[in-house]
Amino acid sequence: MNTVSLSLTSVRELNEQLRGAPDAGSAPGWRVTDPKGAHAVAAGLTGHVQVQIDGHVGYYCAGMNQHAAITVDGHCGTGVAENMMSGIVRIRGNASQSAGASGHGGMLVIEGNAGPRCGISMKGIDIVVGGKTGHMSGFMAQSGNLVICGDAGHDLGDSIYEAVIYVGGSAASLGADCVEKEMTPKHRSRLQDLLSRAGMERDLDRFRRFGSARKLYHFHVDHADSY
Amino acid sequence: MAVVDPRGLRPSHTFPAHVLAEIHRAADQGVYEIRGFGTKRPLPGFDDLVFLGASMSRYPLEGYRERCDTGVTLGTRFASRPIELKIPITIAGMSFGALGANAKEAIGRACTAMGTSSTTGDGGMTEEERQSSETLVYQVLPSRYGMNPDDLRRADAIEIVVGQGAKPGGGGVLLGQKITERVAGMRDLPEGIDQRSACRHPDWTGPDDLAIKIQELREITGWEKPVYVKIGASRPTYDVALAVKAGADVIVLDGMQGGTAATQDVFIEHVGIPTLPALRQAVEALQALDVHREVQLVVSGGIRSGADVAKALAMGADAVSIGSAAMVALGCNKAVHVEDYQAIGTEPGYCHHCHTGRCPVGVTTQDPVLEARLRPEQGARWLRNYLTAMILELQTIARANGKSHVLNLEPEDMAALTVEAAAMAGIPLAGTSWIPGKG
Repeated sequence: MNTVSLSLTSVRELNEQLRGAPDAGSAPGWRVTDPKGAHAVAAGLTGHVQVQIDGHVGYYCAGMNQHAAITVDGHCGTGVAENMMSGIVRIRGNASQSAGASGHGGMLVIEGNAGPRCGISMKGIDIVVGGKTGHMSGFMAQSGNLVICGDAGHDLGDSIYEAVIYVGGSAASLGADCVEKEMTPKHRSRLQDLLSRAGMERDLDRFRRFGSARKLYHFHVDHADSY
Repeated sequence: MAVVDPRGLRPSHTFPAHVLAEIHRAADQGVYEIRGFGTKRPLPGFDDLVFLGASMSRYPLEGYRERCDTGVTLGTRFASRPIELKIPITIAGMSFGALGANAKEAIGRACTAMGTSSTTGDGGMTEEERQSSETLVYQVLPSRYGMNPDDLRRADAIEIVVGQGAKPGGGGVLLGQKITERVAGMRDLPEGIDQRSACRHPDWTGPDDLAIKIQELREITGWEKPVYVKIGASRPTYDVALAVKAGADVIVLDGMQGGTAATQDVFIEHVGIPTLPALRQAVEALQALDVHREVQLVVSGGIRSGADVAKALAMGADAVSIGSAAMVALGCNKAVHVEDYQAIGTEPGYCHHCHTGRCPVGVTTQDPVLEARLRPEQGARWLRNYLTAMILELQTIARANGKSHVLNLEPEDMAALTVEAAAMAGIPLAGTSWIPGKG
């Protein structure tokens, strides 16, 4: 295990080391200590490296991640795993706003709660939140899956496109063009797979599915009050 | 001689023909007008300024022999690999989707030949674009359509788009008729639906966040690439200062005359301020922070000729960017295929129908038949010729004012023809030393 203390090493040096690291397998993983809320920790990684961060991180941890497996044993600031392409990012604590924003792929697991706009503009990423999410989560979500095991805040899925949202608790309100849809056996199976990959066990019967009513896909004067 | 109607018919100034037609259209359709191109209303602009030229107190340079350099460097503040351009005219961001692939390739080829940069747009980077354009600026937009860290790393500069002159405060629209399978695939959206680009970034709000966002982008790209921040002209004094505070290497300021592929007409015509006052305010903001020339300023919105470029540089810009004018060089509004203009309800010279995807000259279309009307080699030749002509015009003016480099042009070389332009540009009214608001 390679250990890097951010009390002794800059984020820039850390990220350069992580980007230059050989792929996991025979190579040892990385342990990062003393993050103390630093921004852009482990951002832009491109290889199959395993990174464990002990402590809280600031904005954009694991931003644009490709292939790496990153675990934060703490809370994280705005935009964790933003525009993530692949790999897995796990947050043991809570995540601030815009978690997984515009993510294209891979899986983001937030074991605690997520703030507002979780999964905003998501484009293929799978996000599993163990707790609840703040308002406007899934805003303009294009594709991928957002699983919220707890309650969802106001305006869930506002202006959603083809992403799928599963909620285990209650949704305070739904945003424009977001509707509840039937939980088919196919969707139960997908939900089970998402939870399994996230390492979470939940009662599937509690979950409801939400998605786009597709009424705003083309402008229609009779829907003007929704725009 | 004007013909006087014997019946004394008199048009209304408040309700001229185009206003009557718009009310009739709105009553019929119940929706605002969406269109392309830029503002059509008269605005104070660079035409309201003139250069003074050399005289007893200024020596001119020989027009055809003495050197007048045009090279500029962008991104010298923090980036380890600034952009070196041979000319101070760049091509503005225009998306693949709004433009066809042939138009993007033509622009890239022309830029490479001229030693300048082109810019991606909403929807991401195409392979044709990267291959054809030697210096390519990659836009990070609110929608993040096609956003990809691999493309970010193979770009030469990064442009964070906060706003656009045609619609500061608004996101774009790409109507369903232009969303082909390829465009939809790049944007992760279903084919054929209306795509509304977000107006706010998904993961930052405000200048404090932007500073951290810029730090992240620099981390991901090894602190090599210049980071531009593009703003629409609304409150340049504050926006420029905040962009500087956030860590921008370059500020791109897009005035109200800037174009768009598709936006509400009311937005184009009624939101934002013209390029002339915005440029002055931006330069003053940079000077107040003592970073003028350290943070480079690229201005766009209504640049059409070498004279416009010269005036922008003289007011303090480091370079300009053109979008609509580049499209015109590629054939936009040219009087060919007239029947196709008429089929979409317009005429050459009046067309703003980029939003329809039925561009008669093949620039703003995804239709294979229409797009084939613009061959990349031919388009590149036209744009290269146009840029060359602009540079010759720019050098002509610079030499006439005794400048051996176009960036040596200065406000003192100019006079304003109207009180409005004098006030907005901060240039004395011709024949006086008077700048309204300054005594």
